[in-house]
Amino acid sequence: MAGEARGKVTVDSEECKGCGLCVESCPPKCLELGPELNTYGAHPARYTGRDCTGCGICFYCCPEPGAITVYRIKAKAKAHAPTLGGKYAPAL
Amino acid sequence: MANETGVSVVDDEVKMECKLGDKSRSDTGVDHDEYELLHSKSPLFFDLYERKSELQKQTHYCPGCGHGVVHKLIAEALQELCLQDRTIFVSPVGCSVFAYYYFDVGNVQVAHGRAPAAATAIKRAGPDKIVISYQGDGDLAAIGTAEIVHAANRGEKITVFFVNNGIYGMTGGQMAPTTLVGQKSTTSPWGRRPANEGFPMHMAELIATLDAPAYVERVALSDNKNIMKARRAIRKALEIQRDGTGFSFVEILSPCPTIWGKDPVEARHWVAEKMIPEFPLNVFRDRKPEIPSGNDPPQRAVADVLGIAPKAAVCGVSKLKPARRLPSRFKDVKIKIAGFGGQGVLLLGQLLIEMGMREGLQVSWLPSYGPEMRSGSAHCHVCLSKERIGSPLVSHPDVLIAMNEFSLRKFANEVPSGGLILYNGSSVPADFVAPEPKVVAIPAAEIADKLGSTKAANVVMMGALLEETECLAPGTAVTVLEDVVKKVDLLEIDRKALDAGRLFIDEQAHVGAVSQPDGFA
Repeated sequence: MAGEARGKVTVDSEECKGCGLCVESCPPKCLELGPELNTYGAHPARYTGRDCTGCGICFYCCPEPGAITVYRIKAKAKAHAPTLGGKYAPAL
Repeated sequence: MANETGVSVVDDEVKMECKLGDKSRSDTGVDHDEYELLHSKSPLFFDLYERKSELQKQTHYCPGCGHGVVHKLIAEALQELCLQDRTIFVSPVGCSVFAYYYFDVGNVQVAHGRAPAAATAIKRAGPDKIVISYQGDGDLAAIGTAEIVHAANRGEKITVFFVNNGIYGMTGGQMAPTTLVGQKSTTSPWGRRPANEGFPMHMAELIATLDAPAYVERVALSDNKNIMKARRAIRKALEIQRDGTGFSFVEILSPCPTIWGKDPVEARHWVAEKMIPEFPLNVFRDRKPEIPSGNDPPQRAVADVLGIAPKAAVCGVSKLKPARRLPSRFKDVKIKIAGFGGQGVLLLGQLLIEMGMREGLQVSWLPSYGPEMRSGSAHCHVCLSKERIGSPLVSHPDVLIAMNEFSLRKFANEVPSGGLILYNGSSVPADFVAPEPKVVAIPAAEIADKLGSTKAANVVMMGALLEETECLAPGTAVTVLEDVVKKVDLLEIDRKALDAGRLFIDEQAHVGAVSQPDGFA
């Protein structure tokens, strides 16, 4: 699966319960449970920093509403793509 | 098995209208020039869950629980379909009893198994609302079997999400109707035996045998692909409700790692290996139900049905007369009438609603009295409205009619500013601190006594009410009294009492008042 990362995942370590479903589900295997414990005694998931495609599978497999946030690298050629409004809208 | 890379969840068309991801985290250190937000916590969820003082960022579900995933899929669908503001979520009894701490929508939590019944009521009262009944298998398939079957059979236009984990989770792992054959639970410690406990119930198939449901599907949270199918099914079920097509039902096979005694990943595999063979995934129903229209009952006014249709010759009120314009100071009129039993408190309320009915208004009358009707304390709630009345209970009356001092003191604080209190007495008690509303003291008992019967005090108060608020026409009052009061001499007293009440207010108003175009002050 190695290749240039197209996305990025952040995990809210205080919301994550360390169930590991995202680690199991991630197609390119770019998530892992970290060695440290959070306040509630779970090993929260974290992004290894490699290979994320921004597919979003981990987001849908995660049972916590806000533990996982998925980003995608902006496509430079498609800078006008109106995927999101507001602050993410490209300057015209 | 769970690692298909072919599954892409890049979103379809919808997200532009509803603001997505405005809860972006600025504290994550992500460079927004380089990255665009793809998936984040839905704005349908509250920022913090105030169930307890700690753990306010997490749900109360166990690690790996399927409820969280279903919650997210529902939240996403509601957001994409822009339905948040008109959604009412009915939480069941079970682990998901606390759903109202998470979803920032309208929430109701109901008795065990009764979610479809409550949802029916909510949907019928507000047909434009999106009503979701969210239930587990103990709730829906055991104690609530009757409710779900009949709601489905009536084709209620609600959406039911049935989270099936084959066990009673919250109460500690008792056998559910959906427990698999051979599966151990605290109440089937040797495994479920069909000879003793019957077979697992297939609710989706059962519902699909009925004629009325529009959409019935079973999905599973067993792997990435099936979670995406669940996402589509949940969205479709909500679309069906949005479009008013009919009853939609999605059964979701869901892991319960804690009670199954498995880690979250194992539990997910167990759904695929054990549950899906027993509960096959399928779309069992997907069509608009054909419901014959039948003969509609004739549309007649209540007054017409009761045979009290207005006599046009007497008061000039015809059936076709549109609803009278209520005084502009009130959108509708909520009245509380209180006094001793025997003062005609409840009767006064009945007279008012009968007048309202004859004037084409929506009305309600809710009596409240103890077992000691006569000489005990009694009060009634009256609503007169141009629109449908949601609740007959009046907790903040626009007008309080206090027939005695006790009622004045008891209920005066409920009247909001701008309201009106009519008090049966020659003057307001000296030590009564008048609240914000206007208080008018009317010596109704004395006036009625002079006319011949203290019993007519309530009619004096009615005259005062009509004159002060103009909420109903005095002409209608006369017609109603003519129909209700059978004794001729009493009717004559009532007529005079009505006029006396109006006159009293009129004279009071004239003192130092500026005359209005209608000739009254």
